[in-house]
Formats: sequence, C-alpha cells, structure tokens
Amino acid sequence: MLTLGSIAVTLLGLLFITFVIGRVMPIDPVLAIVGERASQETYDTVYLQLGLDKPLMVQFFYYLWDVLHLDFGTSLLNARPVSEDIARVFPATLELATIGIIFGVVLGVPLGVLAAVRKGSWIDQIARVVALVGYSMPIFWLGLMGLLVFYGILGWVGGPGRVGIFYVDVVPSVTGLILVDSLLDGNWDVFKDAFSHIILPASLLGYYSLAYVSRMTRSFMLEQLSAEYITTARVKGMSEWDVVWKHAFKNIRVQLITVIALSYANLLEGSVLTEIIFSWPGIGSYITTALLSADMNAVLGGTVVVGLIFILLNILSDLLYKVFDPRAK
Amino acid sequence: MNAINKLLTSAAIGLAVGVTSFSAIAETPANMLVIANRIDDVTTVDPAESFEFAGSDISRNVYNRLVNLDPMDLAAGYQPDLAESWEVSEDGKTITFTMREGVKFHSGNPVRAEDAAFSLQRAVILNKTPAFILTQFGFTPENAAETIKADGNKLMITTDKKYATSFVLNCLTATIGGIVDKEVVMANEADGDMGNTWLKTNSAGSGPYKLDGWKPNESVTLSSNPDYYGGAPTMERVIVRHVTESASQRLLLERGDIDIARNLNPEDIAGASSAGGVKIEDELKGRLMYLALNQKHPVLSKPEVRQAFKYLIDYEGMRDSFLKGQYTIHQNFLPATYLGASDENPFSYNIEKAKELLAAAGVENLEVEIGVREAQERIEIGQSFQNAAAQAGIKVNITVGTAKQILARYRARELDVYLGAWGPDYPDPQTNAGTFAYNPDNSDAANATGLLAWRTGWDAGGLTEKVDAAVTEGDREKRVQMYLDIQKEFREISPFVMMFQQIEQSALRDNVMNWSTGQAVTSAAYWQVTK
Repeated sequence: MLTLGSIAVTLLGLLFITFVIGRVMPIDPVLAIVGERASQETYDTVYLQLGLDKPLMVQFFYYLWDVLHLDFGTSLLNARPVSEDIARVFPATLELATIGIIFGVVLGVPLGVLAAVRKGSWIDQIARVVALVGYSMPIFWLGLMGLLVFYGILGWVGGPGRVGIFYVDVVPSVTGLILVDSLLDGNWDVFKDAFSHIILPASLLGYYSLAYVSRMTRSFMLEQLSAEYITTARVKGMSEWDVVWKHAFKNIRVQLITVIALSYANLLEGSVLTEIIFSWPGIGSYITTALLSADMNAVLGGTVVVGLIFILLNILSDLLYKVFDPRAK
Repeated sequence: MNAINKLLTSAAIGLAVGVTSFSAIAETPANMLVIANRIDDVTTVDPAESFEFAGSDISRNVYNRLVNLDPMDLAAGYQPDLAESWEVSEDGKTITFTMREGVKFHSGNPVRAEDAAFSLQRAVILNKTPAFILTQFGFTPENAAETIKADGNKLMITTDKKYATSFVLNCLTATIGGIVDKEVVMANEADGDMGNTWLKTNSAGSGPYKLDGWKPNESVTLSSNPDYYGGAPTMERVIVRHVTESASQRLLLERGDIDIARNLNPEDIAGASSAGGVKIEDELKGRLMYLALNQKHPVLSKPEVRQAFKYLIDYEGMRDSFLKGQYTIHQNFLPATYLGASDENPFSYNIEKAKELLAAAGVENLEVEIGVREAQERIEIGQSFQNAAAQAGIKVNITVGTAKQILARYRARELDVYLGAWGPDYPDPQTNAGTFAYNPDNSDAANATGLLAWRTGWDAGGLTEKVDAAVTEGDREKRVQMYLDIQKEFREISPFVMMFQQIEQSALRDNVMNWSTGQAVTSAAYWQVTK
C-alpha cells in the first residue's frame, strides 16, 4: 500500500511539474496550430478551444482527470491520440534499449570483474581505456563514424531506419518490436534485416552502458576483494573462481542491480542524438520534436511514460534486492 | 542546442571529407522512388486543412484539382486538370467549369461536379487554417451552397465581386483545391466533421498516387493509381522516409538506399556533388528573408533611413558565405517564378551611401533592437547586419528568442526591426502583394496582425489601392505589369528590406529524371519521375 501511495504521489508531482513547465515555457501551442499568419480572431478561437484562458490549476485538474482515464489527449500537431503515438514509438526505444543494455551488461560486468581481479594488469588498462572512451566520446560523432565505417564503407550493417525499404510494413505489428513481430510472423528475412539495422545503434548505446557498468563493477569488486572474508576464503583454499564469483560477486549483485536499472532507464528514456542519427522513431526524438513544435500534450504524455519507467524500474530493483539480499526481506 | 548543431555540423564536414570516394553498392528497385526528407511538419493530410510543406507534397500527388500546374512546365501556369475547360460570365463573377469525363477516384467512384462542389464547400465550412485562400472570394459557410454548386457535369463558383480569373484559378491550384471523394468522405463522417478526422490520416483522391500510410516522424508510403487518367506513374511505389540528419541522408544516398535527399546542408551538398552517381539540382522556392523597419519608430519612419538600411546589407557577402547554395539575392516581395515577379535588385552593400542618407535625415547615434528567431541562418544574417550598421554609426542590439517571444512582439508592433522569413500561401501574386503592400487601416484598433504591412506599422498609401486593382484585372499581361509597377514603388518607399530567396538543393541518384520540388509555386510531384 505504501509503495502504491508513493507511486501515486511521485506521479502526481511529476505531472504537476511537467504541466507547469509546459505552460510557462516560451513556446506557443496556439501559434503552432494556426501558423504565424493567422488573424487575431483565428488565434483567439483556438486559444479558447485549448482552454488556455482558464486558470492554470483548472487546466491542470482537467488534464489530471483525462490522464486518470488513460487519455493523454490528442497531439496538437498530428491530431492523433498521444497514447497511440506513444504505443508506436515506445516499442522502438524499448527494442533498442533492451539490446543495448544486454550488450552493456554481458560485456561490461565480466570486464569490470576481470579488471578488478587483475588490477593493474593489461586487461585493467584496456577496461580503463574502454570506459574512458565511452565516457568522453560524443555519441553523435561515434554514431556517424559507426555509420560511415560499418554501413557506408564495409556494408556490414543496415543504414538509418528500423528496416530497409523492402521490408517497410511487411510484417503485421503485434508488439511493435520488429524483431519479435518478424519472428511471430515467421519472416526470417525481415528479422535479419531488422537485426542488421538495430545492431549498430544498439551497440553504440550498449557501449555507453558498458563503460558505466564496467567501471562500477570494478569499483564494487575491488571493495569486496579487499575484505577480510575474501582473505579467509583464500586461506581456506577455495579456488580463485569460487572466491571471485561465489563470494565477492555475490555480494555486489544488489549494488549492480541499481547501476543496471539506472542505466537501462536512461536508455529507455530515449537517446535523442542516437535516434536522430539513425532515424530511429523512438520516444526520445518524439518528445524532442513535440517540445520544439509546442505540442504540449505529446510532451506531457511522453514525460509521464518516462517517469513511469523510472518508477517501475525502481520497484523492480527493490524487489530484486529482496531476492538477492536476505537482509532486505 | 546550438553547440550540438555546431558539433554535428563539424562531424558532418569530417564525414564529407571522409566519404568523398565511396561508391554505391545498393540500388532501389526500378519502379520505386525512395526519398529522404524531414516530414515532421505533417500535421494532417486532409486537403482542407493541410498547410505545411511535406503535407502539401502528399496532397499534390494524391488529389487532383480543378486546375493544376504541370511539374514539367511550371512556367505555363495553371492547366486543365479535373476541369476540362471553363468559362467566365460577363460580369466576371461566375466561373463555370466543365468536368473531365471518365475520371475515377481511388475507390472506383466516378469524379463528378458534385464531388468538386462538395470539396470546395467543405473547405469553406470547415474553415481550417488555409480556408482564407477560398473565403477571400466571399465564400462563407452560410453561402457556400449558393456560391459553389454543381449542375450535371458543370461546376459553378460565384465570387462576391469580379476578380482576375487568373487569381481565382491560381488559388484553386493550392492544396485546399484538392477534390475529395464525397461518398467515401461522408461515409467516414463523425460528429458532423465532414470526414475531417478520418481524412487527417487517410486519403480519398483521384490523383496519380494513393496514400498507403503515414507514420508521423517516420514515413509516408504511396502506391500508384494504375487507373490515373493521365496514365499510370512509372514509379509504382513512393516511400518518403523521415531522416533529419543531413549526414545520414547523404550516407543513404551515396550507398544507393535512397534516390533523393532533400535536406543536405551545404557541406554535404558539396561532398555529395563530387561523389559518383549523384547529381545536384537547384530550384528556387518561395521563402523570402527580409527586414521590417517599424514605422512607429520616429527615426526608422524617415524615408532616407528606410533607404539607408537597404544599403546596409552585405547581400553578396552573405550569399557567397554562410548562405551559399541555400539562398539567392532577391529584393522584391514576389518570389522569382511567380506571375509578375521582378528580377530587379537595385540595392548593393554600400556603407558610404547609407551614411549619406542617414546624414541627410539628420540621424546620429541611432540605437535599435532587432528581433531574431533562434535559427542559425537568421542569427548570422542579424550579426552581419549588426556589423554593417555599426560601420554606419548605428548600434544594433540583437534579441534572439523563440517564435512565441519574437513573433508576439512583431505582431504587437513593438520591435524596432524584425528579421523575418515569409513563404507564399498560394501560387498567385496576391498572396504576397496582399500582405507586404496592402494595409487599408493602419490604426492600432484595426489589429490586422495577418498583414505584414500592418505589423510593421506601415500605411502602404496608394499601394493598397493598386494591389486591390491588380486582383481584379482580367488581362493577364496587364496584371503582370501592374505587379511590376507595384514592386518598383515598393522597393523605393517601403520599410521592408527584401534580401534573399530560398533555393532548394536536391541531391539525386543520377538515374532519377524529371524531379520537381514545385519551385516557389507548388509542391513536389512524383508522377512524372522516371529512373
């Protein structure tokens, strides 16, 4: 009950802050609809239609009432329900972020553990360089270079977009995740094409996660490996494998869950620049485009979804703590 | 965001250097046209409502109009489309169109005069943003049934007074003149919206293409209409992909995964033009860049000062540097390629001349604020002007802001100087003449925010009457001369410093032929394209 209550309060706060920011920002949703050459009369009509003449709190309560009925309103610009738009763009981000985080965790965790175990060795140096490059390299530059090399010159991967032109709308959208939908449809060609398109942006995002996850893993592991119980385990003659994975690693799982959850949430928020470079129709570019176009319904809807993701991942982390840490039960 | 843009540009330049030599290893199918374009401005595909560039592109290819522009000969002006011929009544107020026989909508329904009447009435009754293109002829929701009516194979439209026939017909070539399938549209009506909600995302036309799908910020897919009365298009499928980043568009083009890239920046245009298998085509578009000098300002309203500012623009310097390939010098309110357009550009960058004029006006230590919207090219134009003005002893303070901030102050007549861009609404000279050189009531109470002359606080004087006269002149040649005369006077006396006209540079695979973005007068057409 307490969890549900805190979720509700968090969401309410998120909605209110986003709503207020949306209203005080120097962008004009009326102008976005009527165009700059509209007469004052047309402008005023639309202003009233949008309810912008009402007090801010009244506008907020109207909005809140709609959201409680799962109605984020209609996009001011493309006239479609915002919920439909989000249902279309979010799976694109989910697919990209999930593959990205798998990439980041599968490579980042072992790399971090190895770097800690072999502290100061060449593998630790490699891990350090990998992380440094990951932290410091601008993502759009790396993205463009990746496209140039792997798509432009080598032709190993697909170009910008989720699928090639031959496969646009070929498989019916069931989940919105093209990799999953193509498998459900049994269309192996679409799967391969979609995979060739997602692999580069997902690897790119995964690389940034890898940099973060590996550094944090190394740090957590170093702390554990210097603890007395590790020395005791070694004195007792346990194998190094068991010492590292069954003792030290077991004790960093809870901290790692937080790191991975945060990293995943960041990816699910949508990487605007990655989405722009790879023409990936995800939620990051959706919210940004909506913001630049003064489409506040879309901005609010997208922000609520991103907020929900963070909240859900936090809850998931809490649940996993209880699984991995008996003290949290 | 500026920093990001700069970095992206730098990256793109690096890319341009790096990829100058790789050749295409893929190719789009021979019967398919794939275009990369920014389509995030599409808000609806209903021709009664659509008023944006990418939306107009869709409409032009999906809907026929009564009269239309031939993409292969735009200079010829309007030509018969669904109307095979037309006659004008003696009083000049009624045009009777004879519909083309045997044309069918995509649904298979025949195209009738009744559909044409319905489409125009619907646009007037719905009264969406572009409705003024029709309602300026006196059509109202109340009188639409009387003023626009069908009788058998004839369609009659009756305007409130006599207008130049070319004016009326030019307006009917605009997106709002698209003829929709009445049966299909009304079958999808909801809450008395005349099918507006449905047509926002669906099509009911008779044009060379039908809309298969529009995914906002993702793609538009069209398939050819094999029964198109003008002959089935060679390109059986057209896919417009939303690709925002110039470098990504260039990579796709050079790899052969798209046929046309429409938004390459100058660096990528330069790089792509030297790549194998790619060609660059330029077309003049309708967008004009100008300065508006507020005539409520006691100094800016002096004739010599208005003249002086026209000599404080480094036209050639800007055209040849940061606007290279994107804009050309144009000092008139009608864009080149428009009926009545003038190619006279009498003003040049001349600080001394400007100083003389300012001295003659007795101006010293002038300080003005210029409002600039936060777009890179506008900011750079503003900075160039600021430098030039400083040399003439004028201090210019640049205020950069969002559209809401800057435009609201311009509309409220508060800015000293506004740096603006303007695109025509329909392919007739009245569209710009009626806003730059027309202002029947300059009082604050008139609140005519739709008129640029009013926003600038300028009583256009005799030009207002001349603009009125030009829209009723039936003789096309005389009408052209009238606009040339109006522009000549406008150049000399107006508080508008007209500077540049936009160029659209398309990068195409070299096997793509007959591409047209529609110049300044219309939108892109796909049906004549071959590969």
